Amino acid sequence: MSLIWIVVLPFSGSLCAAFLPSHARNVAAWLAGTVAVACVILTVRLYPPIAEGEVIREAVHWIPQLGLDFTFRLDGFAWLFAMLVTVMGALVVLYARYYMAAQDPVPRFFSFFLAFMGAMLGVVLSGNLIQLAVFWELTSLTSFMLIAYWYHRPDARHGARMALTVTAAGGLCLLAGVLMLGWVAGSYDLDRVLASGDLIRAHSWYVPMLILIGLGALTKSAQFPFHFWLPHAMAAPTPVSVYLHSATMVKAGVFLLVRLWPVLAGTEEWFWMIGTAGLLSLVLGAYAAVFQRDMKGVLAYSTISHLGLITLLLGLNSPLALIAAIFHIMNHATFKASLFMAAGMVDHETGTRDLSRLSGLRRAMPITATLAAVGAASMAGVPLFNGFLSKEMFFAETVFVSGHPITRIGLPAMAVVWGILSVAYSLRFILQVFFGPPAEDLPKKPHEPPRWMLFPSALLVTACLVVGMFPARTVGSYLNMASRSILGENTPFHSLAVWHGFNLPLMMSLAAMVGGILLYRALGEYQQGTTVVPLIERFDGRRIFEFMIEKLDRLAIRLLRWLSTEHLQVQMLLLIIAVFASALIPLSRGGLPVGDKPPLPVEPAFAALWLIGAVCAIAAAAQAKYHRLAALTLSGVAGLATCMTFVWFSAPDLALTQLIVEVVTLVLLLLGLRWLPPRDKSLDHETVPLPVRMRAEGRRSRDLVIAICAGIGITGLSYAILTRSAGEGISPFFIENSLPLAGGSNVINVILVDFRGFDTMGEITVLGIVALTVFALLRRFRPAAETMTVPAKQQEQDAQIGALPSDPHALLPAGPMMVPAVFVQLLLPVSGMVAIYFLLRGHNEPGGGFVAGLIVTTAVILQYLVGGTAWAESRTRIFPQYWLAAGLLCAAGAGMSAWLAARPFLSAMAWHGTLPIIGEMHLSTVLLFDLGVFFLVIGAAVLILVALAHQSRRAHRKHEIAEVETPKEVPGFPAGQGASGHASASLSLPVASTAPTDYAPMEAGRQKLPHVSPPKERED
Amino acid sequence: MEAIYALAIGVLTASGVWLVLRPRTFQVIMGLSLLSYSVNLFIFGMGRLMIGGAPIIETAAKADPSLYDDPVPQALVLTAIVIGFAMTALFLVVLLASRGLTGNDHVDGDPEA
Repeated sequence: MSLIWIVVLPFSGSLCAAFLPSHARNVAAWLAGTVAVACVILTVRLYPPIAEGEVIREAVHWIPQLGLDFTFRLDGFAWLFAMLVTVMGALVVLYARYYMAAQDPVPRFFSFFLAFMGAMLGVVLSGNLIQLAVFWELTSLTSFMLIAYWYHRPDARHGARMALTVTAAGGLCLLAGVLMLGWVAGSYDLDRVLASGDLIRAHSWYVPMLILIGLGALTKSAQFPFHFWLPHAMAAPTPVSVYLHSATMVKAGVFLLVRLWPVLAGTEEWFWMIGTAGLLSLVLGAYAAVFQRDMKGVLAYSTISHLGLITLLLGLNSPLALIAAIFHIMNHATFKASLFMAAGMVDHETGTRDLSRLSGLRRAMPITATLAAVGAASMAGVPLFNGFLSKEMFFAETVFVSGHPITRIGLPAMAVVWGILSVAYSLRFILQVFFGPPAEDLPKKPHEPPRWMLFPSALLVTACLVVGMFPARTVGSYLNMASRSILGENTPFHSLAVWHGFNLPLMMSLAAMVGGILLYRALGEYQQGTTVVPLIERFDGRRIFEFMIEKLDRLAIRLLRWLSTEHLQVQMLLLIIAVFASALIPLSRGGLPVGDKPPLPVEPAFAALWLIGAVCAIAAAAQAKYHRLAALTLSGVAGLATCMTFVWFSAPDLALTQLIVEVVTLVLLLLGLRWLPPRDKSLDHETVPLPVRMRAEGRRSRDLVIAICAGIGITGLSYAILTRSAGEGISPFFIENSLPLAGGSNVINVILVDFRGFDTMGEITVLGIVALTVFALLRRFRPAAETMTVPAKQQEQDAQIGALPSDPHALLPAGPMMVPAVFVQLLLPVSGMVAIYFLLRGHNEPGGGFVAGLIVTTAVILQYLVGGTAWAESRTRIFPQYWLAAGLLCAAGAGMSAWLAARPFLSAMAWHGTLPIIGEMHLSTVLLFDLGVFFLVIGAAVLILVALAHQSRRAHRKHEIAEVETPKEVPGFPAGQGASGHASASLSLPVASTAPTDYAPMEAGRQKLPHVSPPKERED
Repeated sequence: MEAIYALAIGVLTASGVWLVLRPRTFQVIMGLSLLSYSVNLFIFGMGRLMIGGAPIIETAAKADPSLYDDPVPQALVLTAIVIGFAMTALFLVVLLASRGLTGNDHVDGDPEA
């Protein structure tokens, strides 16, 4: 299982690091270091079987039915790459520990770092193409986090976004490509795919597959024309650049090209696509590197160039070139990482990376200078360093390319040009920074970095030297193993040696050396003053990228404007028409045949009921604009008719619930009426210009037609269904098993609390959420300006009866509500009894938690209506939030109690037995569940209603404050104390004196919000 | 009876649809309320109409499904009624908030738009 651990360990480490406090720098570094070293050890331990040529496979089954497994696969090449990722990871952790400042949130860095490492190892070890694509995107995501680590810097955010856009888009192309690849090969398993190379190359999808996979690889490896993201990613902390942008992530692209080389390579298309991209990156990257002023900029363009070299080698379709490419992947990682580390150390110790400011650091930082010089020599391809070996192999390969004269002569020529440019920028990198007179105006006084910061770089540089001098003895066998795992039996003979005699490649190397030195001399002063790259400055990938992103943005906005609307009326219209159209499709085929079920005999009372109901519904529709109270009453009558219908057709539970919900909804809407604007008479028919009126009439007629059509349609549909016999459904099960299985004779209640208890659980949760949302919304409520005063009707009434100051602590409220207050107080215990009765009998008779809860709510809200908020709350304080919580806990507890008996969640547990004195008893968790529903309904409904009722208090208070011009109010003693106000027909509730704890008093500052002008009614 | 029942649903739907298409928030809330009556009746009707068959099993008799009204639509409608109440409450508060923020009661918050 160690393969899986190699991938899982970094991710778990990442999770641990994420929870460390942000100053735990050392703990995080130790954690990351331990994980990295553990991964190295795990990988090393797998070497013996791999060296034998074995391929290790491990799979974790996920959904075997669909053939979805996590497959991990390790062969020689993957082993080499995994070593690269883990060893580099360990070194970078050590380096980063000293590089990161104490004030940086270092655990976050290591958390992302480890996640990246895990993703990278996932790419390397994936044995399944889709899994590989997933890990591939994960590397893009984590690298985004790492580049944007210093997210307060705009360049970091910008660079990270660009890198993510380019590489993630490439990753999507890759996904499409591997999906096609898997389809053609008949499996997404890497082994199966690698075995079907001939099939794939001959397939008609070959070119699209190649393009898609190529896009994925080229974007990731920052190859032309997608190279522009890499220099901008240099805004990342230097350890990130070391790890991601030299050693690992950018190598993922070439890793994939090597991985799929046996399947995709060997064709003209491959040569032209991969080879051309590689060649252009090789030369353009090196050319741009010569003119960079930022040390990391030089290294970034150099990385593009060296990755171009690897890509070009892979594009040459020759097994020897493939071996050279693998070798250069390793070599480049070692010398480039050490150079990035050197650049970071210079930056860390001097405060700048600007080549035109740095000079003569060799005296202050001799060790850093030596290490950097060795790295740069390897980068330039100087003999006895490892870069030289792979460069020679590359030169040799270009020489042996056959074919068209342009490629035969052009390729070696380009290679020499590249060599010259690399020597020039490597020279400049070293000479500029470390030689010459010591710089005077550096932000910090330079000195040697800490020993352990130098250590990783020193180790890498040693590797450069040792491999450069004794290649066959050090890396020969590993390289051979890696190549063999890709090429199999076709692995050609190759020798790693420093000296191959005086041959053409050596000549080319010498020419490049001399040319490079001459170029450096010739450019000399010119480089110092310039920041632009001559000739190609105009073809700036970044500008094109930004231009395209902006165009895309604009297009999206235009498309959205064209396709969607912000007007609710239009949306509703489209919605209704869409429903209509979809209903018409089946009807247009089969018509709407009426069934032959014998109809029930018509009862005149029922007809009369619905005559009234229908008239009221239509009247409500007509009156809702100007006569809201009337419309509310009329629609209430329609609701009552509905309720009666439920009674009529054997649904007592529905009737009960509907009746009480009707009452509560009515109260709710009445409370809301107070805040709606009055009719604006100035916009009545006479004054509105004729065209506007005509348009409004047109809209109304159109809507009327739609409404009538909808009514006719649903009438027809209902009639057709009602006259047919019911189909065989699941209902008989519930009726037959309600008593034997659930022990309840009210089937509806049994369904709600037992058979489908989980639905009810969800439903009451929704109810609780709605109540809390209502509460939260109302806390921020800003009443409109003209609703601030006591309503006119109430003022009139107060004037008639003589406004008495209401005392909330009085036994009964003063004024006309005194007598009703006696009744509602008496009603409270009675309604409590009734509620408990309905709750307890619910399982066997109509009733249940919903009904019982709403009964209590009605009784409570009556106290508020009659006595006023202050009076009611000076007596009983209901804390709806506790009821909500108790309800949910009760219901969930009832559900979980089934676990005690090892039964599934919400299984009903019943106990039946005899108790002394009381007699026979039947207890069930179902009752507990229904009790939860009961509590929750009380909590939710009371919370909603009371929150609304409190709004008028707030408005009054605000009004009072505005009048007396007191800027502040003491919480708990609102300024409205003692003000007049009685409950009136409009239900604006009296001013309170006891401030409830759960409603935040209005801040005085909020009054300064600009009041909007009084609203106007408009013709619709 | 079926015809009356169907007509009742139709009238409620027509009134509801007309109101839902109006520009004032209160009209829309009334429309939704009427629509929810009609939808509840419609769902309830899926169990067919039956008189005197409330699904409350008499303990003695063996439960015969043909003697009782279909309980499933009833259970669904019961849930729908409660959720409808929650929806009305939420919509009312959104309405009030929009009224307070925009100063008018147009569904788009801006009568001129």
